[in-house]
Amino acid sequence: MTTKRSSTALAIALSLSFFAVGCKKKVPAPPPPPPPPAKVDTPAPKAPVARPIIRFFTAEPTSIERGQASSLKWEVVGADSASINQGIGSIGAGANIAGNRSVFPSSTTTYTLTARNAGGEASESVTVNVTAPPAKPAPTPAPAKASFSEVIARDINDAFFDFDKSDLREDARNTLTQNADKLKAIFRDYPNGSLTLEGHADERGSAEYNLGLGDRRAIAAKEFLTQLGVPADRLRTLSYGKERPQCTDNNEGCWQKNRRVHFTGQ
Amino acid sequence: MKKLILLLTATVLIAQQRPDIIGQIVGTQKATIAIADMRGAGRAAEQTAVVNSTIFRDIEDAAIFKMAPKSMYPLKVPQRPQDFRKPLQYDPNNRNADPWLMDWSEPPVNAEYLAFGYTAEQDGQLVLFGWLFNVRQPDAAAAQVIGKLYFGPMDETGARKVAHEFAADILKQFGVESLAGSKVYYVSNRSGHKEIWSMDYDGGNQKQVTSYSTITTMPSVSPDATRLAFTSWTSNGPQILVHSLETLRRIPFYNPRAGVNQNASYTPDGKQMVFSSSVSGYSQLYIANADGSNLKRITQTRVVEVEPKVNPKTGNDIVFVSGRSGVSPQLYRMNIEGADVQRLTTGEGQATNPSWNPQGTHVAFAWTRGYDPGNFNIFVMDVATGNYVQLTSGAGRNENPTWAPDGKHIVFASDRGGRMQIWSMLADGTQLRQLTSSGINEKPVWSK
Repeated sequence: MTTKRSSTALAIALSLSFFAVGCKKKVPAPPPPPPPPAKVDTPAPKAPVARPIIRFFTAEPTSIERGQASSLKWEVVGADSASINQGIGSIGAGANIAGNRSVFPSSTTTYTLTARNAGGEASESVTVNVTAPPAKPAPTPAPAKASFSEVIARDINDAFFDFDKSDLREDARNTLTQNADKLKAIFRDYPNGSLTLEGHADERGSAEYNLGLGDRRAIAAKEFLTQLGVPADRLRTLSYGKERPQCTDNNEGCWQKNRRVHFTGQ
Repeated sequence: MKKLILLLTATVLIAQQRPDIIGQIVGTQKATIAIADMRGAGRAAEQTAVVNSTIFRDIEDAAIFKMAPKSMYPLKVPQRPQDFRKPLQYDPNNRNADPWLMDWSEPPVNAEYLAFGYTAEQDGQLVLFGWLFNVRQPDAAAAQVIGKLYFGPMDETGARKVAHEFAADILKQFGVESLAGSKVYYVSNRSGHKEIWSMDYDGGNQKQVTSYSTITTMPSVSPDATRLAFTSWTSNGPQILVHSLETLRRIPFYNPRAGVNQNASYTPDGKQMVFSSSVSGYSQLYIANADGSNLKRITQTRVVEVEPKVNPKTGNDIVFVSGRSGVSPQLYRMNIEGADVQRLTTGEGQATNPSWNPQGTHVAFAWTRGYDPGNFNIFVMDVATGNYVQLTSGAGRNENPTWAPDGKHIVFASDRGGRMQIWSMLADGTQLRQLTSSGINEKPVWSK
């Protein structure tokens, strides 16, 4: 309703104005505005200000490998403000601006120095070319470091036992003492390594009893190493009884090889 | 000299003990039975060899009969009751006469019972017509004890089935439960890893039960034959696992935190389990609910103790293996609280692998007494008296004896043929049968 009424009003206004234009053709144009008052006794107008001058803006060197630095140097005269893009920002203001800055672009980058004053602005650009470094001989340093399990297999020796016994013979104690010294050093090199002490038995006892016996042998070796200062939380025992013999002949030489605690690294 | 006397005394002792102990177990009074070879019609003919050997073996294995020697059987073999025709006057030398009961009851056969029959094809199925006659009766009508039909698929499985069923019916007449339905669980490496396998008591139907691909061993079956417990190497080392034999899936068992949990064995009610665990740093004996909850320690020593077995009759005695005497492991008994400990073996050699007979009177075990370490033989001991007999000798290493549900048979592992295999025998050491031949097989347990 409101819209209809206002559009009717607009139509009337338009037609009225049509008549008005048609009728007011002979009315004279309005006078131009008066001229500004003449300036007398004012100082002479200033000489126009010169634009700032960029004496130089360089990069040294202009070509680098990724990760190396390039030095930007500049000297600017007569700037009210000066800045370098690429996130460097303002480099100062004044009659004479000189400075330098190291940049480490990761890819080829063009730096633009812009200097401004009332007279205008000036800019200079330099481009630093970045090249990828030559492929290094892989992250493996010259002598490949042996894995923890390889070191254990190479340096840590088995402890051997008497038939149906889990107490440590003198030779087993000597072996374990040497193992303890080596292990302390090895753990320094491999802070995350841990050891499994496998208890084994020869084939002559029953499988059931030998599983308990192998467990005792592994525990006895672990307790001995722990007493010598090897951290217990790096040592885990695992009995195989007679299920995993390293030798299957039917003689004492072979049986002795199987009555052992064997070390594996993880 | 002293040693010699000891040895002589021991020999005499064994000689004296033998009939006592084994007589109690296998019995002595036996009826004589003859089992006539059956013939078959049509496709059934191909299965008769399996049928005949299966029936004969089931009956012989039950050890309640004397088997009449087949070479003495008459030439005229009946296949049906109507084949018997009573002669006017019995003449054993008349080769033209019809079959008659006295062909079997008189010398040289001298049988009291005769099993006979035939097989045929009926609607594509294998049918066994089986009869058991008491041949000491005056006529065929009075002689019949069993006359029955047995049905099975027309293949070797069907032949075994009908034969096992006929044999089981015969044994039932004499109050004996057939072993034919029983299973032997054992360990085999034929898949490339040690896994639990099962087979029928006669070596048929060998099947792989577990597939853990590590080392899986030491099976034990619950008394109701619904659960199988065993030891398997997991990421925590050798631990006890349990499978349902109904669903063939793993069911929960909570292992104590220990490097070794092994030798699970059920109490007679099946509600608890005894086992060996190194919780304390030494393998010791524990009892827990069948799911491993409510753990209680039974023994308190600082030596290795393994293989606890609860007396299946009393539920109170435990036999076990321990090094507590300071010598090599020996057999001991105690009550289920761990009290009243008594050593059963002499202290000689290594004694291991005890197994109660179902009556709870005798223990079969492996012992190196009189041999070098590792040369185990099977012994049986009367636990009440401590008397024992040796069942195997001079035939390789023999170990892990366990009793059949009938209390008369023993299954064990022996390397007498070169590699370790499963064998069964009557508890007097006779009726030896090799049940496996593929791969290495060990640790059998005989389940109902």
